[in-house]
Amino acid sequence: MDVQKKIKKTMIALAGNPNSGKTTVFNSMTGGRQHVGNWPGVTVEKKEGKFTQNTHEITVVDLPGIYSLTAYSIDERIARDFLLREKPDAVVVVVDASNLERNLYLVTQLLELGSNVVLDLNMMDVVRNKGLEIDTSKLSAVLGIPVIETVAHQGEGIEKLKETIVEISGEKADSFRIDYDQDIESEIEAVQNAVTLPGYPSRWVAIKLLEGDAEILERVADSNAESVVLESQAKLERHLGYDLETAFVERRYAFLSGLVKESTRKRLGLAERLDMSDRIDRILVNRYLGIPIFLAMMWLVFQLVFTLGAPLADGIDSFIGWFGEAVSSGIEGVKGPKWLSSLLSDGIIGGVGSVLVFLPNIMLLFLAIAILEASGYMARAAFVMDRFMHALGLHGKSFIPMLLGFGCNIPGIMATRTLESEKDRILTILVNPLMSCSARLPIYVLFAGAFFSKSQGLVIFSLYLMGIVLAVVVARIFKSIFFKGEVAPLIMELPPYRLPTIKGVFIHMWERSSLFLRKAGSIIFLGVVLIWFLASLPLGAEYASEQSLIGKLGSLFTPLLEPAGFGFWQAGVALLFGILAKEVVVGTLGTLYGVEEAGLTSVIQAHFTALSAYAFMVMALVYIPCIAAIATIKRETGWKWTGLAVGYSLVLGWFLAVLIYQMGVLFMALR
Amino acid sequence: MPLSMVRPGQRVRIEEIRGGRGLIGKLASMGFYPGVEIRVVSNRPGPLIVSRDGVKLGLGYGMAHRILVYPVS
Repeated sequence: MDVQKKIKKTMIALAGNPNSGKTTVFNSMTGGRQHVGNWPGVTVEKKEGKFTQNTHEITVVDLPGIYSLTAYSIDERIARDFLLREKPDAVVVVVDASNLERNLYLVTQLLELGSNVVLDLNMMDVVRNKGLEIDTSKLSAVLGIPVIETVAHQGEGIEKLKETIVEISGEKADSFRIDYDQDIESEIEAVQNAVTLPGYPSRWVAIKLLEGDAEILERVADSNAESVVLESQAKLERHLGYDLETAFVERRYAFLSGLVKESTRKRLGLAERLDMSDRIDRILVNRYLGIPIFLAMMWLVFQLVFTLGAPLADGIDSFIGWFGEAVSSGIEGVKGPKWLSSLLSDGIIGGVGSVLVFLPNIMLLFLAIAILEASGYMARAAFVMDRFMHALGLHGKSFIPMLLGFGCNIPGIMATRTLESEKDRILTILVNPLMSCSARLPIYVLFAGAFFSKSQGLVIFSLYLMGIVLAVVVARIFKSIFFKGEVAPLIMELPPYRLPTIKGVFIHMWERSSLFLRKAGSIIFLGVVLIWFLASLPLGAEYASEQSLIGKLGSLFTPLLEPAGFGFWQAGVALLFGILAKEVVVGTLGTLYGVEEAGLTSVIQAHFTALSAYAFMVMALVYIPCIAAIATIKRETGWKWTGLAVGYSLVLGWFLAVLIYQMGVLFMALR
Repeated sequence: MPLSMVRPGQRVRIEEIRGGRGLIGKLASMGFYPGVEIRVVSNRPGPLIVSRDGVKLGLGYGMAHRILVYPVS
């Protein structure tokens, strides 16, 4: 019987260098949705897809793009840990066939680890256009693994790849070894005899230890082993006359360049030439033009985001208003309890809705960033900004997370996973909330519009700038306290310029925007309900009035806020609500003063002065990351750093607000 | 001479990488190791761009200072 046929379940992993087309292979194998991107952060979570071939059900795990199995960044560690611990039935390595030698480096590392590898020579179209010929049977014979040619974006060769996966999965890999010369080999043997690490091939462990892999050494945790390794290393370096890491690299590449030479043939003599891409690079990273071009790009991006975004945001805003009304009148219509209608319309719809209003702006910003990334410009921008980032004690690679932060800090924080240095990563995360995310803009728009109508743009710009300046100062201070030492060296690949595909760009935009949407659906939802209770209790108190729990809580903070010029309970409550999501501050003030957003301007003009309004905006910029950002920081760094992020921003925000207000009162006779 | 001193457009061969732990391996995994011929695409104050067979790498100035190269004709 057909139904009785046993379905064999298999798990395979997909590995490869960044920009090798791995994600496209994944998509065409599984029909799964994922994007082709250049900037890391692409595979933020473990992506899985499935396909069935005859009686086999194959689960494909898409690993982050990596160059080697030495864990330099979190992405590489994720990939390596997965391969070592989960031991997939097969590993498909996707390589850019037009750059064979470099890509095969990762392949040899996997083979040394004993993985059951299928080699996928992708981008064969590029190879053919370049006039190159690859002898796949020779590659296959020397490496002892099946080799399949594909052109993933046209689906060419994918069927063959699937068949091969089914054929070989679960088989034991042929043993593969690179011969490292007698001197090194005898020390490998010595270490192999002295050290054991259950579950890992002993030769691989010995090689990694000799190469100085700190993580493996830690895992071995045997002082005797450590001394054996150190002794072997010292002995070898004396013999070789130079460092061991170079020795290993040279031997591997000696093997690889020989292999590539034997198995490829150039039909045309195509010398590397000064091509178009070089010319573009010379302009985009030019010492005089680089920064102006970058600033012009940013200006364009923000124009796009705000001119296109504003009408869309208004549309969502009025829809939410209408929806809340409709729900509450619906409940009153069926004589439903009043608290329910209040919970639904004031609490949930109003609260979550005020977050959703930002969706158009955020999606447009991420769309623009996705286009910049896919075209190859973003890596150049990071490169141009390298010098500026040094002012923060970081380097160019930290720039992209910062830029993303202007949209929403959550994807910004998540994008730090590609940084090699843990110090850099934590530092980048700590200052990321100082990048004024789009949720803070409505606060500025309201207050700057009410008090600085003539120079509204300038005032808002000053706040963005202040965020950046504070990031520089805070980063330098933290660097000198917690992360002493030199800036980790900048090494980043600059991907080739490409025309972005519509599908790729939209999928990328959606992946980042959905991080923001998920926060609206989960954390903010819970927070909104909690705050609604605080605003409604005790029974009988008017919603969000001074007598409600939240009003009392707000009053507690008034003495603290007094020196900053806004010592009234409404301001305290608005800031409390703002921890949920900064944009909630505006809506809260509306609720507390019992006016629609249109009437809010005159109400705050009555309560604030120009000076205290500016102090309030600064407070709103700095005082604390929103709940969702705090949760993300916790997940990425742990409690200790999260505590620091929350603590320093609270203190700094309050201190600056007070400082600005008091200086204004003292020196400029303002109130 | 250090890579940091090479003018744009010039071809050089990597002689030695005086990196700290891990740097040599990191660069090697990206296809840059002693013996390969590279071209300097851009070298302004600050980081520079090098290219090998069309693969481009952005390198910090400090890093480039520790890569020793010699010119090839």
